Amino acid sequence: MEGVMNSAIIISILATGIRLATPYLLAALGEMFTQRSGVYNLGVEGIMMMGAFAGFFATLHSGSPLMGIVASLLIGALMGLLMALVSVTFKAEQGISGIGLYMLGWGLSGLLYRLYVGGITSIDGLKTIKIPLLSDIPFLGPIIFDQNVLVYTALVLVPLSGFILFKTSWGLNVRAVGNKPEAADTLGVSVERIRYQCLILGGMLAGLAGAFLTIGQANMYADNITAGRGFIAIALVYFGRWSPWGILLGSLLFSMADSFQSMVQVLGINFPYELAVILPYVVTIIALAISFGRVWAPAALGKPFQRGTRG
Amino acid sequence: MNFKRRGTILITLLVSLLLVISGCGTKAPATTPTPTASTEKIKVAFVYVGPVGDFGYTYAQDQGRKFLEANMKNVETTFVENVPETADAERVFTDLAQKGNNIVIGTSYGYMDYMVNVSKKFPNVVFEHCSGYKTTDNLGTYFNRDYQARYLTGMVAGKYTKTNVIGFLAPFGTPEVIRNIDAFTLGAQSINPKVEVKVVWTNSWNDPATEKTAANSLIDAGADMLAMHVDSPTFAQTAQDRGVLAIGHDSDMTKFAPNSILVGDVSNWGPYFVDVVKQVMNKTWKPVQYFGGIKDGGIIDITPFSAKVDKDFQAVVLAKKQDIMSGKFDPFTGPISDQAGTVKIKAGDKAADDVLLSINWFVKGVTGSIPKS
Repeated sequence: MEGVMNSAIIISILATGIRLATPYLLAALGEMFTQRSGVYNLGVEGIMMMGAFAGFFATLHSGSPLMGIVASLLIGALMGLLMALVSVTFKAEQGISGIGLYMLGWGLSGLLYRLYVGGITSIDGLKTIKIPLLSDIPFLGPIIFDQNVLVYTALVLVPLSGFILFKTSWGLNVRAVGNKPEAADTLGVSVERIRYQCLILGGMLAGLAGAFLTIGQANMYADNITAGRGFIAIALVYFGRWSPWGILLGSLLFSMADSFQSMVQVLGINFPYELAVILPYVVTIIALAISFGRVWAPAALGKPFQRGTRG
Repeated sequence: MNFKRRGTILITLLVSLLLVISGCGTKAPATTPTPTASTEKIKVAFVYVGPVGDFGYTYAQDQGRKFLEANMKNVETTFVENVPETADAERVFTDLAQKGNNIVIGTSYGYMDYMVNVSKKFPNVVFEHCSGYKTTDNLGTYFNRDYQARYLTGMVAGKYTKTNVIGFLAPFGTPEVIRNIDAFTLGAQSINPKVEVKVVWTNSWNDPATEKTAANSLIDAGADMLAMHVDSPTFAQTAQDRGVLAIGHDSDMTKFAPNSILVGDVSNWGPYFVDVVKQVMNKTWKPVQYFGGIKDGGIIDITPFSAKVDKDFQAVVLAKKQDIMSGKFDPFTGPISDQAGTVKIKAGDKAADDVLLSINWFVKGVTGSIPKS
C-alpha cells in the first residue's frame, strides 16, 4: 500500500474529498438554519434537483455559469417560499409537506428537462480558480486553494453561519424561535417571519448545492443527478448537532470516504471498497446512537406555531 | 379553526398536484400517435431503464424503436422510460400487456425475472428481453455480440495509450459488463501486451457526478485513456478537460469530446425489431435466444475513426473486423487466463455462447475485483 500511496495520490484524494463535500455542506448549512428556526424541511433533495436543473439550464442558454448560480438561488428561494407557505402559514405537517416538495422538485425538474432540453448536452461549467500565494503552499495549497468558487463559498459559509447564528441578533431570534416560539413572540419577534426567512435561506443554499452538481461537477444534467445527497444532508444536520462545525465534519466524513473508495479501486489496493462506501453511514449511525438520550435539538422543531397556544 | 381546515384542503390539492406532475416527469408514456380506430395495427411497447436522451444505451434502443416506426406501416409504438429494475418493473410490464400491446420489449438485464412472471400471465403477448438468459413460451431474448466491437475498440485503445494504463468505468458486475471489459482488454493486449485496464465500479447505470469523480481518480492514478460501460458521456467530457483520450460506447459520442474520442462501439437494434414484428405478423415468431454479431446487419458495429487514428492502423482494425465477420477470428479464442493466471479457455478453443452469457471472471491484465452480488 505504501508504494502506491504517494503524495500526488493523497493530494488527489483529499482535493476530491473537499470538492465532493460542497453539496453536502451547502445543503446541510441551509437546513441547519431552517431547523434552528423550528421547521424541518425534508424537501431538500427536491430543491437540489430544481437547483441542479435551473443552474444547468441558465448556464446552457447564457453561456455563463454565474447566471446558473443566480438561477439556482432564485429557484431555491421560490421552493423555500412554497415550503414556508405550506408549513408555516397553513401549518401543515412538516414531514408530509417536505416529502411533497421533494416529489414536486423530482417530477418538475425531470419534466422541464424533457420539455426544454431533451437529451444529454454538456455545458462549460465553473472553472477552478487558483488563489494566488495560498495555492503555492505545499500540500495544502493544491488541496484547498485550487477549487471552484462554489467550493470556496461552502467553506467560507461554515464560520460565517456560525457567526450569524451565535453572534448576531438575527441569529439569536432564529434560535429563540426554534426553542421557545411563545417567548420570542411575547418579546415581539415574528415567529412566522423568521421561519419564512430561514426556509428561504435554506432553499437558496439547497438550490446552490444542486447547481454545484451540474455546473461545478458533472457539467451536464441527468435525471436524479442528486442521487440522495439531499437526504444525507438532512442526516448531517443531526449528525452535526445543528452546528456548522459539526456539519463540516460530517460532510467531510462522507466526501472523503467517497473519494477514498474511488481511489482504492483505481489503485487496486486489496481493501474491499464497499467498506469505504458504507463507512460514513456506519459512523453516522454510531454517532447518533451513542449520544442518544443527551441529544440537544431545537425544542420547537417540527411544531407549527399557533399564537395563544402552548407549543 | 376554519383557517386550519382551509390549509388542509390546500395541501391535499397541492400534494395531489405534485403527484400528478411527478408522474408525468419521470415516466411519461410518450405515445406516438394516439390509438386510432384501426385495430389491425401491431402495438409494440418498449420499457427502458434510463432516459431516451442519455445518448448511450437507452438512446440506442430508442433509435431502434424509431427505425421500426419508420420502416413498418401498421406498427404503433410506445415507450416507458426510467423504469427501475425492481418489482416496479413487473407492474409496468403488466400494465403494458393489459393495455393490448401485441409485443412488449424490455431492454435491461434486471427485468428478467419480472418479465418471466408477466409473460406467463399473458400468453398471447410476445415478450422480448434484451441481454437476459431466461425464456418462456412467449418470452424470447435478444442481444448483440458487443464483445466483437469491444475487441476492435480495445485495439485502438492499446495502440494509443502511452502510460499503458486504461481506466474503465463499470456499473455492476453483470456478465454483459464483464464480457465487454474482457474483450476490450484482449483487444488492447493484442496490440500492446503491457496494457493494464483499471476498473472502477460506479454502482449505477447513470450517475454523472460519481462517474466524474471516478474518471478523475483514474487519470490521477496514471490512466491516459478512458473507456466505460455506463450510460452517460461524462467520462469523455472529463477526458477532454484533462487532455487524455477516450473510447466511446453505445452511440457516437464524438460530439461530447471531439479531441478525445478515438472510436466507439455502436448498437443498431432497429432491423432486429423489424424482424420480430414481421415474424409476429406471419405467426412464425418463436422464443429464441438471439445473439447477433457484426455480420448480422450491423446490430453491433464500430463508429468511424477519429482523425487521430493513423490510416494504416485503421486498416489493421478493419481487417480484424473482416476476420470476425467471416468467422476466421473470434475474440474469445484461447489461450485465455483469468486474473490469477488460471487458464479458462484452452489454446485453440473458442468460448461457447453460454460461457459468454454467464461470464464472471476478468482476464489477466484487468485490475479490479468483481463485486459479489
